Amino acid sequence: MSLEILGISVLWTFLFGYVILASIDFGAGFFNAYSILIGKEKILSKVIQRYLSPVWSVTNVFFVFFYIGIVGFFPKTATYFGTILLIPGSIALILMAIRGSYYAFESYRAGHKGYATMYGIAGLLIPPALSVVLAIAQGGFVTIENGTPQLDYFALFTSPLSWSIVVLAIIAVLYISAVFLTWYADKAQDADARDLMRRYALIWAIPLIVAASGIIIELRYHNYMLFENLLNLWWMFAVSFVLWALTTWFIWRKRSYTAALWLLVGQFAFAFFAYGIAHYPYLLYPHLTIHEGFTNQAMAISLVIVFVLGLALLIPSIYLLLKLFLFDEEYIQGKKE
Amino acid sequence: MFHDPVFASRMLTLLTLSFHIIYATIGVGIPLFIMIAQWLGIKKNDDHYILMARRWARGYVITVAVGVVTGTIISLQLALLWPNFMELAGNIIALPLFMEVFAFFFEAIFLGIYLYTGNRFKNKKTHFLLLIPVAIGAGMSAFFITTVNGFMNAPQGFDIVNGTLVNVNPVLAMFNLASPTKIAHVLAASYMTAAFILAAIAAFKLIKGSKHTYHKKALHMTMKIGLIFAVAVALIGDFSGKYLAEYQPEKLAAAEWHFETGEGAPLLLYGVLDENQEPKYAIKLPYVLSILAFGSPSSEVIGLDEFPAEEQPPLEVHYYFDTMITIGMVMIAISFLYWLGSRMRYTFVESNWFRWLIVLGGPLSMLAIESGWWLAEFGRQPWIMRGIMTVSEAATTSDYVGLMFVLFALLYLILGIGTIVILRKMFANNPLEKELAKVQSTQGGEQ
Ligand code: HDD
Ligand code: HEM
Ligand code: HEM
Repeated sequence: MSLEILGISVLWTFLFGYVILASIDFGAGFFNAYSILIGKEKILSKVIQRYLSPVWSVTNVFFVFFYIGIVGFFPKTATYFGTILLIPGSIALILMAIRGSYYAFESYRAGHKGYATMYGIAGLLIPPALSVVLAIAQGGFVTIENGTPQLDYFALFTSPLSWSIVVLAIIAVLYISAVFLTWYADKAQDADARDLMRRYALIWAIPLIVAASGIIIELRYHNYMLFENLLNLWWMFAVSFVLWALTTWFIWRKRSYTAALWLLVGQFAFAFFAYGIAHYPYLLYPHLTIHEGFTNQAMAISLVIVFVLGLALLIPSIYLLLKLFLFDEEYIQGKKE
Repeated sequence: MFHDPVFASRMLTLLTLSFHIIYATIGVGIPLFIMIAQWLGIKKNDDHYILMARRWARGYVITVAVGVVTGTIISLQLALLWPNFMELAGNIIALPLFMEVFAFFFEAIFLGIYLYTGNRFKNKKTHFLLLIPVAIGAGMSAFFITTVNGFMNAPQGFDIVNGTLVNVNPVLAMFNLASPTKIAHVLAASYMTAAFILAAIAAFKLIKGSKHTYHKKALHMTMKIGLIFAVAVALIGDFSGKYLAEYQPEKLAAAEWHFETGEGAPLLLYGVLDENQEPKYAIKLPYVLSILAFGSPSSEVIGLDEFPAEEQPPLEVHYYFDTMITIGMVMIAISFLYWLGSRMRYTFVESNWFRWLIVLGGPLSMLAIESGWWLAEFGRQPWIMRGIMTVSEAATTSDYVGLMFVLFALLYLILGIGTIVILRKMFANNPLEKELAKVQSTQGGEQ
């Protein structure tokens, strides 16, 4: 495997980690705000405090990792994406800042309507703001003028493709977090929260598949190369679809929620990696490939070494974190502080 | 002015970094003091110190949250505002940036565990041990990011042949000449500032009439440690000046208004520039600059005349330099007087006017940090990477930076006010006396 493929695979994997962790987080904030606003009060507040507060900033580091990693392995992305993303990037950053700080603020004023609403809404707006990058990366909205890339905002905002990606991002957030919270509330033996989240999971299951298929169809008209690549990987999407069907079935029949959660992770992993493979070799279609954008050999090797050493430090720490907050039933059930 | 993307990008960078550095300094400094308090509490079996650690840690969560979000902002803004710099830097100095992410991971994980496992470990020492990785992680973040900044001042570890980058050596780039003094100065300044901020809080409580020994213990501990770090900061600062004299003479010359190269150079303190750019009202100390720069009164100090006009840093950096040094000296004096006064049992130490000075010392130390960074960053002008790339070559060409400046300024205003409001509420709702009573009553049950 060449170094650039190794690099992009590692980064794509961390981005996947961020997508799952952040979706759980964003969705939970939204459901929390929603349930407070419709008067179901604090069914979810407790679950959120117990699970999300300790890991919030770890989730954020996954994002920082992806960004620093991509600039390290593919420095040219800084010029290509840096120039065009000023506005969407800044908006996403402001939303993330509001949300992140209200996290800390909320945890001292739990149930505060204003804070909860801000935090719920900001969480639902971040995924669209970030996923616009995917729409831009698959091509058609960027032209190079005098050597600097320019983004065509009008084309971007009137394209059905970008809107489908936005819709999928929101639905995926709601679905992923509903499934996770169903599992978590079940572990916590909190029947009210579990039943509520189970309903939301089922509500969003069908729209998810519709939105995802919609994008593939849009791509046919927008970027035929990507569309063809996706079709060649049909078996990965088929596996993803089967996993989705199994997840929904498990949740519907109230069977093992643990299995449902793992199936969900598998479903998204297959779809996410299939998309990534189809995108190969482009970072920004058709202007930048991973081969042209790659850093020098010396830097690549030193980054890989640091990555391996870093993982050796990280994996035991993350294991400890998960063990204390996610797999400790007494903690989840609130029997321990 | 804000229509010019270069100027707007500089101002937005100035704004974001000046805001982030407040939280970053607290983030680097406070864990050390939480650790010391908790350790003292275990060793002396004194609940006051344990509670001190707990209360500091609780406030720390709020500042960390804002530190994390503003740090995320600045790291992305580097690419959004300075894409050409980031591309070049990505090729050469990405290694410490990448290492920094692991330091963040490490700190974030153990901080989460420390904060949310208050009473989960039967052995108090286990809980204490969790703080060590937090403090190390925060210190490492400062270490790695300051290396990157050192590299911008003293780029090395690569060659540019016919406009292409060759012979890149990331390790050599990381261990550049500017880093040793810079890292040491930044770390010492963070610990010093954290100490004086905590001391300011304790002194404030004492002025407001609290007679509790808890506050006296907190004040005593932070002032003593603060003195040590304040002296260290000044000593390392002297080395930073010697580094500049040798390797970045234009920055030192601008900071000292030293226009002509010459032996036996005088040091100018304070003063203002008149319309002919001549210093007025400055205190002139003969030979002192030569001594500071090279350790001997006769040595030659390079002046601004050796540099073409367009490569000279702005002369305002002198004010930042004076501010930083004055505050450094004042803080050494205050903390020394405190130490001496409490040993000798002088009564002024317990007087309100002296305590007000200590209260003032907290914000002043933070101002010294800000001034130091403004000196370092404006003093690098016009270069973003000294001798390699200028600020205007590095900047984005987007027209909307001015608008983004307004949005981010609003954001920081909200975050700043939010931090203060929440911190005040948090401690007002959990008064010390109540919490202390609770800790003492559960003591029996816990063991
Ligand atoms: C509590 C804060 C504080 C205090 C009291 C001082 N400094 Fe400082 N100084 C900093 C906080 C700081 C800083 C914020 O940490 C800087 C900014 C960039 C850097 O490397 O450290 C800095 C930069 C800085 C530089 C520029 C380094 C460069 O650009 O490479 C010099 C020459 C000094 N300092 C010298 C001093 C001296 C002689 C002091 C005597 C008391 C002093 N500083 C006190
Ligand atoms: C430690 C890592 C740091 C890096 C990599 C860094 C990077 C940069 C960059 C890329 C610029 C724009 C170029 C320029 O205008 O000179 C800049 C400017 C600036 N930075 Fe830093 N910075 C760092 C630390 C800080 C800190 C902690 C502060 C303090 C608050 C700071 C204050 C400033 C200021 C005031 C400017 C504007 C200077 C000007 O326009 O001349 N920097 N920095
Ligand atoms: C260009 C300059 C800088 C960049 C790009 C930057 C980047 C970041 C990022 C991305 C984070 C969030 C990490 C997370 O998600 O957990 C962060 C937080 C932090 N930064 Fe900065 N930083 C800069 C300057 C500095 C400086 C000069 C210091 C130290 C003196 C510093 C110390 C910290 C610390 C300790 C944190 C952890 C948050 C906390 O504990 O408050 N940073 N920074």
